Amino acid sequence: MKPTNAPEFWRTLAEHDGADLHELVGDEFASRLPAPPDAVERRSFLKLMGASMAMAGMAGCTRQPPEQIVPYVRQPEEIIPGRPLYYATAMTLGGRASGLLVESHEGRPTKVEGNPLHPASLGATDVFAQGAVLDLYDPDRMQTLTYLGDIRPWSAFLGAMRAIATSAQGAKGAGLRFLTESICSPTLAAQMDELLAHFPSAVWHQWDSAADLNAAAGARLAFGSDASIRYAVDRAAVVVCLDADLLSYGAGHLAYARQFATRRRPENAGIRLYAAESMPSSTGARADHRLPTRASQIEALARQLAADLGVAGVGRAEGLAQETHAWLRAVLNDLNAHRGSSLVVAGEGQPPVVHALAHAMNGALGNAGQTVFYADPIEAHPADQMQSMRDLTGAMNAGQVQALVIISGNPVYTAPADLKFADAMNKVAVRVHLSLHADETSALCHWQVPQAHFLESWSDARAFDGTASIVQPLIAPLYGGRSAHELLAAFSDRPEATAYAVVRQFWQKRHGGADFENFWRQSVHDGVIPDSAMAPRAVSVRTAVFAAAAQVPASGLDVSFRNDPTIYDGRFANNAWLQELPKPLTHLTWDNAVLVSPAMLSRLGGSATPAMTGGERGQIKAPIVEVTYRGRSIRGAMFPVAGHPDQAMTLHLGYGRTRVGHVGTDRGFNANAIRTSDAWSFGTGATVVLTGETFSLACTQYHQLMEGRDLIHVVDRGTMDDRRSTIDELPWMFPAVEYTGYKWGMAIDLNACTGCNACVISCQAENNIPVVGKAEVLRGREMHWLRVDTYHAGPAENPDTYFQPVPCMHCENAPCEIVCPVGATVHSHEGLNDMVYNRCVGTRYCSNNSPYKVRRFNYFLYQDWETPSLQLQRNPDVTVRSRGVMEKCTYCVQRINEAKIDAEKEDRPVRDGEIQTACQSVCPTEAIVFGDIGDPNSRVSKLKGESRDYALLHDLNTKPRTTYLATISDRHPDLDKSK
Amino acid sequence: MTERRHEGHGVVDGAASSPVIAPGYTFGSVTDKISSIVLTRGASHGWWLGFLVAFLLANMLFVSLGYLVLKGIGIWGNNQPVAWAFDITNFVWWIGIGHAGTLISAILLLLKQTWRTSINRFAEAMTLFAVACAGIFPLFHTGRPWLAYWMLPIPNTMSVWPQFRSPLIWDVFAVSTYATVSLLFWFVGLVPDLATLRDRSESKIGRVVYGVFALGWRGSARHWQRYDMAYLLLAGLATPLVVSVHTIVSFDFAVAQLPGWHATIFPPYFVAGAIYSGFAMVLTLAIPIRAVYGLEDFITSRHLQNMAKILLVTGLIVAYGYTIEAFMAWYSANTYEEFMMANRMTGPYGFAYWLLILCNVVTPQLLWFRRIRSSVVPLFVISLIVNVGMWLERFVIIVTSLHRDFLPSSWGRYAPTIWDISTYVGTIGLFLALLFLFLRFLPMISIFEMRTILPQAKVKE
Repeated sequence: MKPTNAPEFWRTLAEHDGADLHELVGDEFASRLPAPPDAVERRSFLKLMGASMAMAGMAGCTRQPPEQIVPYVRQPEEIIPGRPLYYATAMTLGGRASGLLVESHEGRPTKVEGNPLHPASLGATDVFAQGAVLDLYDPDRMQTLTYLGDIRPWSAFLGAMRAIATSAQGAKGAGLRFLTESICSPTLAAQMDELLAHFPSAVWHQWDSAADLNAAAGARLAFGSDASIRYAVDRAAVVVCLDADLLSYGAGHLAYARQFATRRRPENAGIRLYAAESMPSSTGARADHRLPTRASQIEALARQLAADLGVAGVGRAEGLAQETHAWLRAVLNDLNAHRGSSLVVAGEGQPPVVHALAHAMNGALGNAGQTVFYADPIEAHPADQMQSMRDLTGAMNAGQVQALVIISGNPVYTAPADLKFADAMNKVAVRVHLSLHADETSALCHWQVPQAHFLESWSDARAFDGTASIVQPLIAPLYGGRSAHELLAAFSDRPEATAYAVVRQFWQKRHGGADFENFWRQSVHDGVIPDSAMAPRAVSVRTAVFAAAAQVPASGLDVSFRNDPTIYDGRFANNAWLQELPKPLTHLTWDNAVLVSPAMLSRLGGSATPAMTGGERGQIKAPIVEVTYRGRSIRGAMFPVAGHPDQAMTLHLGYGRTRVGHVGTDRGFNANAIRTSDAWSFGTGATVVLTGETFSLACTQYHQLMEGRDLIHVVDRGTMDDRRSTIDELPWMFPAVEYTGYKWGMAIDLNACTGCNACVISCQAENNIPVVGKAEVLRGREMHWLRVDTYHAGPAENPDTYFQPVPCMHCENAPCEIVCPVGATVHSHEGLNDMVYNRCVGTRYCSNNSPYKVRRFNYFLYQDWETPSLQLQRNPDVTVRSRGVMEKCTYCVQRINEAKIDAEKEDRPVRDGEIQTACQSVCPTEAIVFGDIGDPNSRVSKLKGESRDYALLHDLNTKPRTTYLATISDRHPDLDKSK
Repeated sequence: MTERRHEGHGVVDGAASSPVIAPGYTFGSVTDKISSIVLTRGASHGWWLGFLVAFLLANMLFVSLGYLVLKGIGIWGNNQPVAWAFDITNFVWWIGIGHAGTLISAILLLLKQTWRTSINRFAEAMTLFAVACAGIFPLFHTGRPWLAYWMLPIPNTMSVWPQFRSPLIWDVFAVSTYATVSLLFWFVGLVPDLATLRDRSESKIGRVVYGVFALGWRGSARHWQRYDMAYLLLAGLATPLVVSVHTIVSFDFAVAQLPGWHATIFPPYFVAGAIYSGFAMVLTLAIPIRAVYGLEDFITSRHLQNMAKILLVTGLIVAYGYTIEAFMAWYSANTYEEFMMANRMTGPYGFAYWLLILCNVVTPQLLWFRRIRSSVVPLFVISLIVNVGMWLERFVIIVTSLHRDFLPSSWGRYAPTIWDISTYVGTIGLFLALLFLFLRFLPMISIFEMRTILPQAKVKE
């Protein structure tokens, strides 16, 4: 490549004058170019053809702009083959960014880790960030820019957009509409501003089905202005969640989960969690007191609590159940005892008024400024998105929209059913869609523009607290995708501006100064821009908004709509990792279901039963029901969830996609079909009937009872100091094996685990674990090396729920080892239970003899060895297993060896914490700790030294190296079930 | 008649009074009758039909195995946690069936039970074919069968060496030794008869082929003296194998720590079960064969009754095994053992357990009645039922123990696929096809040994 300071050569005068000949000649479909303004003459056609012939060979010499990527961890003097590099970037979901470090092997991003410097990550990630690399390499992504199905070059698109811009210029852009998702990118917002300044009559609409619409509306309702909210969970002794999945959903949940787990550790002050919720969530499972409450009843409960707390203008609610009152009394008691150090959180599934009530309660408790902070909104231009969508639909129906530019998002699929967005959109003359996949919206658009994945393009984004990050690409666009910045630039006076230039210029303008280069490099390197968080500001709640009395519907069936725990609003529907990831609590994969309480299912006369093929660990035959709400109906399989309130159904969104790719198309049912703008989160008055048909759901753990077995240890916070370790030496016939070097071991803190599943998918990404597909999950053959077991105790109406991540235990007396006839699984001198894939002949005896059943067998050739883009994703440090061999957790032996080699080179022992297993590194609550148990000062040794430490199936004397720390319950004395 | 009564060894029920060979035969007529099946009678339409059906089923096996190697074990229903299912069930079932041959040949020979003579040849053949069918499963149930030779101690440059603590390696040795010794035993026993066939064959091919395998047998006194010694030695060698093979097969389970597998009673219980199923299979085969080939004179009611008694005894041992399993599950006071037993009886595979009790424990009690023991059709039906029961026993032990073990989170279920069934039925086809070939081309009853039990053979010294 030419050095940047070389003189600029030009070949023709036209090029000298700025015309881009490459654009003209590089296109092999030149004949399909739209007609230039003046008709093509024969001579100019021949000239063009001549130029094409002459310069065809030069197409490969396209000069790339010098765009620098700054490494995060190590300065790459040059790439050392075999040594990965890490780059900081950020992923945006629902208008909030979380910082990432992406591992790159020779230019291929292979694995996502959290960015410890980023406030929304703190080193952890959620499942969506883990799935991002697979999205990047998805072979089903939109690969070519098309106009009415014909392939077009970018230049043709630019030309068309210029033409639209030019024609709209006269009317100041009237008829020109932009539809974006929530925009937390300051640069993109500035571009939008610039654009709207240029076209004052153009309208910018926002619609983001992943964003927290109710929370934003709740802030507007409470304060009269837009505000962002963030919590300091670590300063709260009591947290009350009103249908809020604080620990695993929404902006900042990774940080909140970390704060929660830290404070809940035995040596810290403790935090008592109350949750009133409809769909059982991770937060509800971790709550000390969970109250199953229909979504429609939460408002009454919140009003009652607010009234009890003395919030002005709130009347007491009528008709609450006795159990609710008892729960509320305890909550009230605890909140009053912790004024200023408590927290009330309303969930996204609740209407704005509940959010406003939560703000009012926090205000009344003196929590504002202590445990909850308000600041300016994260988006540069927050909008009432539901209204924005209504306006857009209205304008389109009225024929006021000539051109609609949709920048990411899939409104045809996600828009409220009552708006009939697709019908309205068809009345627009020119429709443009920038999208990763050719989806339902693209299908209705003239111009389908492939979008660059966030790992392929420059941008910037703000986190839940306002901290801005530079989004830097890890790889050049695989399919020639364009970013939103480049698309918007098409309407500006610099249509060819690159995203890099736009982003950099924005921050140059913002930062200025001579040290900009240092600032820029540091920001890109760190993944965060220093001091960019929003400053807290004081707000006051307008209590007048609570005047309307609480409506407690006496009867009727609730239907709630929630983003799916693994594929969200459908944007990850084509991600096979996320599709196959068991959803927390239900352990369903590949489908959504009509989730109800077990009692409701049996009252309807249906039952979900394990099939003989696959059974509890694979195939559940569930009845198909028809759910009707306001005249619209859908059909889906009904599945019982312990702890789900009665008279209520929860539907997960994101399924029933009709156009997305061959992973996600036609799975489950589309709950959006009955979701309307006035019953966005839930509605009451739905009806449901059994159809008499059954459907096979792929469920990886249907049986969630412990059968009286000693699997989960629970200690009471008050009496935990009395507990004695349950690990004692059992007699053993043979002399004990001496481990002289490292002794690798793992401690898993059940008191910290929120069951979020990030570890499962991180393990999958790190260890090249194949996806097997629904048919194989149905047969009980999913391949995850690490699973998060869920167990319930107590009544099915409101059970206690426990999560237990189960990787290989690396037993010192491993039952799997002695039965292998070929020595394919053997013990290392560091205590690892190693699996030698090459040697395995596949008798599967080891799996039969493993009491933990953590071994996974390649019944077929599950790995995709054909698709080129998926080959790029694989971790080169881990063997890609073939058919017929057993595999299992290795404690990330590749990471152990990498650290050991580094340590040996420096002639020192491996430092504690130097090795982080893939599951450990992404865990938001630091529930998984790995290290040398021979070193008494290592973190893992100290954890194993706690009296909470216990071994799973200890009496089998397998001496597992992985042990568990008992979970701690912290019950309110008045509600303690045991008393 | 007095001679024959003497051979009854003092047994006083009806079986002792019926002869092991019908009266009126001479050395020549015995030879004529048995060798004619091979040499002169030719293949009947019935034989062709039976062979064709069996051969087609055997081909279904080859197709199933071909597809298995092409696609992987996934074509079967095996999964996690049920990593073994039909494959090992069928393996143990066939190996069990393969027990009767050696038991009849070797142990009864050493115990001088001369009634064994008319059934030992085809019982041994049955053993060989059953072991061949059994051998298919451990080989092809591996994920990478082309590497299964790694389980053999073959010196190589890859440092691949068997892991001798694994019961599967013991299996490899036990089964291959058993197969080798059984084959030798059967072949040595065949040599004098092959010479007879060589001498009587009217076709050139027959003379050459039988001649080659007769190893130059001329029937001299020296030949007979050496033959007797070799045969006795082999019988001595084979006798411990009868016990060892199924003991070691039971170790596959007993050595594992899985509830339902981990039990010290397994070796004797498995050996008894193997003899049980082996004799059931001999009855299943002997009853139709003697009818079709008119061999009621050679395989007499006495044989059937004796085998029925063995069936009854081993059936009772097996029933004792089931009882002790259940008792120990309770007596151990171990949660997992207790659950395992309860799940066996009332879980999703409870039907298989109760069916097994019906087949293996309840049905054979009919054999207490002499009328049942001496009537052919009920005996045939009971033998079939016992065969089914013994298959169910292995299925119950393997699948119901695996499908719900220690961690409830790992509980699952197994159902066979079409390929599981085609492979199983295919091995039955292979077994029957080999048996049909055996009946057609080799003397199914030992000619020379039958001659020795004729009254004329008893020479006063």
